[in-house]
Amino acid sequence: MSVLVYTESEKGKFKKNAFEVASYAAAVAKMMDTTVTAVSFNNSENELLADYGVSKVMHIANEDLSTFNASTYAAALGQAVKSTNAKVIILSSSTDTKYLAPLLAGNLTAGYVPNVVAAPESVSPLTVKRTAFSNKGFAHTQLETDVKIIGVSNNAYGVQENKTDISVEEFSVSTDGISNATRSVEIDKVVGKATIADADIVVSAGRGLKGPENWGMVEELADVLGAATACSKPVSDLGWRPHGEHVGQTGKPVASNLYIAIGISGAIQHLAGVSASKTKVVINNDPEAPFFKAADYGIVGDAFEVVPQLIEKLKEFKAQNG
Amino acid sequence: MVIFVVIDLKFIYMKILVCISNVPDTTSKINFTDGDTKFDTNGVQFVINPNDEFGLTRAMWFKEKQGATVHIATVGGPTVEPTMRKALAIGADEAFRVNAEPTDGFFVAQQLAEVVKNGNYDLVIGGRESIDYNGGMVPGILASLTNMNFINTCISLEVDGNNVSAVREIDGGKEKLSSTLPLVVGGQKGLVAESDLRIPNMRGIMMARKKSLTVLEPVDGLTTTVDKKFDKPAPKGQVKLATSVDELVDLLHNEAKVI
Ligand SMILES: Cc1cc2nc3c(=O)[nH]c(=O)nc-3n(C[C@H](O)[C@H](O)[C@H](O)COP(=O)(O)OP(=O)(O)OC[C@H]3O[C@@H](n4cnc5c(N)ncnc54)[C@H](O)[C@@H]3O)c2cc1C
Ligand SMILES: Nc1ncnc2c1ncn2[C@@H]1O[C@H](COP(=O)(O)O)[C@@H](O)[C@H]1O
Repeated sequence: MSVLVYTESEKGKFKKNAFEVASYAAAVAKMMDTTVTAVSFNNSENELLADYGVSKVMHIANEDLSTFNASTYAAALGQAVKSTNAKVIILSSSTDTKYLAPLLAGNLTAGYVPNVVAAPESVSPLTVKRTAFSNKGFAHTQLETDVKIIGVSNNAYGVQENKTDISVEEFSVSTDGISNATRSVEIDKVVGKATIADADIVVSAGRGLKGPENWGMVEELADVLGAATACSKPVSDLGWRPHGEHVGQTGKPVASNLYIAIGISGAIQHLAGVSASKTKVVINNDPEAPFFKAADYGIVGDAFEVVPQLIEKLKEFKAQNG
Repeated sequence: MVIFVVIDLKFIYMKILVCISNVPDTTSKINFTDGDTKFDTNGVQFVINPNDEFGLTRAMWFKEKQGATVHIATVGGPTVEPTMRKALAIGADEAFRVNAEPTDGFFVAQQLAEVVKNGNYDLVIGGRESIDYNGGMVPGILASLTNMNFINTCISLEVDGNNVSAVREIDGGKEKLSSTLPLVVGGQKGLVAESDLRIPNMRGIMMARKKSLTVLEPVDGLTTTVDKKFDKPAPKGQVKLATSVDELVDLLHNEAKVI
C-alpha cells in the first residue's frame, strides 16, 4: 500500500509546502518499502512532484472543489484513501490542512498526530516526534490505528529532491451527499506578500516600537528581505497591527529559517510561538531583555537607529549578492 | 382572547456547549516524570485553555444578548473541577465533567460527542488547540462524529436564527464564511477582544458554587495515539552579540547562512 500525501494547491499551482510533505512522504515510503501516491485538486503542474519522490498522482479535477472547503475536501480525500486502501496519510500544517485533518481523522477513525518535526522513528509501530507544550517539549507518539495521519510541521523536514518516474491519473470523486453547508463568502488576503505561515524570513516587532506610525521601517526591512511581517500580542491588542500578525502561544506559530525580533521583550508566551524558527535575531536596547537568552544573534541598541542602518546594509548586500 | 406570537425559538433558546480544556498556565515550566513518560504537574497552576476562554466569553455574549443557555463540558478527573468552577464563575449556567483521563484527542471527542447528542446543542464552541498537547483536533473530530458543521480558527461568530456568519483566519488573511446550526467552532483570540475577557468577581464565584456540575461516566472510546516518551529541546547556546549591523549581516550570511 502506497503512502498517500495530500499536496495543496492554490490557483492551479502547488503551494510551497506541497514539496516538503511530498519529500516527507518519500522518506516514510522508503522506510515502509513502498511508493508515494499524491492527491491534488485542480492542479496544472502535477508532474513537478516527480522531483520529490512521488510516483503517482491522483488528480481530482472537479469544479465543485475549485475553492478549499474543509468538509468537501476531507470527503474527497477520504475517497482517495479508501480507493487505494492507504494506511498512512501525510499532510501539511497549513491553516487549511489543520482545518481538514481532524475531519478526515473522524471520518476514517484514524489516529492523527500533528506538528511532526522529523522522519518517523519507526514504522512498525509507527512512532513520530512532534512538538508539544507550545514548543517547550517534544512527544514521541505512537499511532495505534489501522489508518494513520501525520501532519508535518512547516519547514521542519525540508524539501528533499528525489527524482522518480511519475504517472498522473484523474481521480473522480462523488460530492453527492457531502454537506457543504459551510460556504466561503469572501476571502481577504494579502497577495504578492510572504505570509507568516510560509515565509523563510519573518520580521517581527513589539511594543518597543512605541506606536503604529513607526512600522514603516519594519515593513521596509521585510521588503528588502522578502520577509513576512509579524508582531507581539500587545501590539495587535492595541490595534497597531492586524490580529493576523500576532505570533506566539495564543497567536500564530512561526517556523521560519530566520526570525528577527525588534523591540520584543521575549516573554515566555511569545517565545513559545517562535522557538521553532531556526535562527533568531534580537534587536533590543535592553541587554537584560529575556529574548537574548533564546536568540542566536543580537544587537543591543535602539531600534530606531539599528533598523534603518540594517536596511541600508542589506540593500548594499543584496545589490552585491543578487 | 388568545394571541399567538410567532417567535424564532432558536434565537431565544440557542443551546451552547463550550468545551473547556484544563491546561498549565502559559508561564508554567514544563518538566516530565516517571522516566519522561508523564507531564509533571508538580507546582503547576492550571487554567482554562486561553482559546476556550475566548469561546466562553463569546458564549456569554450570546447568553446576554440573545438569551442563549451556556453549558460547559470537560473530560478529565476530579482535579479539573476548579477550572470548571472558574468557567461557571465567568457565567456558564451548568457543567458536565466526563470522568475519564483525556487519553487522546479522538477519545476526548468521542466523550464530548455523547454529551452533545444527549444535550441537543445548537452550537458547540471549543478552541483551535489546547496549549498543552497542541492537538488541534478535538472540535473537528467532534464535528465529524456528530455530523455537525465545522468552522476552525474562528475569529468572528454571529448567529441569526439558524444562520451563521463567521470569519476564520487563513494563512495570510481571513475568510468570511456562512454556515448553519448545528455547528462546532474551533475558536481563538478574535472571537472576542482581549479586553472583553472577564475576571470572575466575588458574586460570580459564590454563584458558581451553587451551580450544577454533573459527573458523567465515560462511554467506550478509542485511544488512537499514545505518547510514549517526552523530552525537552536541547539548551540554547549563548547568543552572539554583534556590535554593528555589518557584523550582523556577515554572521547571518556566512555563519547562519540564512540570507
Ligand atoms: C495567557 C497569555 C497569553 C499570551 N500569549 C502571547 C502570545 O501569543 N504572543 C505574545 O507576543 N505575547 C503573549 N502574551 C503576552 C506576553 O506575556 C507579553 O506581555 C508580550 O509578549 C510583550 O510584548 P512586547 O515584547 O512587544 O512588549 P514589552 O514586554 O513591553 O517589551 C518591549 C521591549 O521593547 C524594548 N524596547 C523599548 N524601546 C526600544 C527601542 N527604542 N529599541 C529597541 N528595543 C526597545 C524593551 O527593552 C522591551 O524588551 C500572552 C500573555 C498571557 C497572559
Ligand atoms: N479534555 C477536554 N475536555 C473538554 N474539551 C477539550 C478537552 N481537550 C480538548 N478540548 C477542546 O478541544 C479544543 C482543542 O483541543 P486539542 O485538540 O486537544 O488541541 C480545546 O480548546 C477544547 O475546547
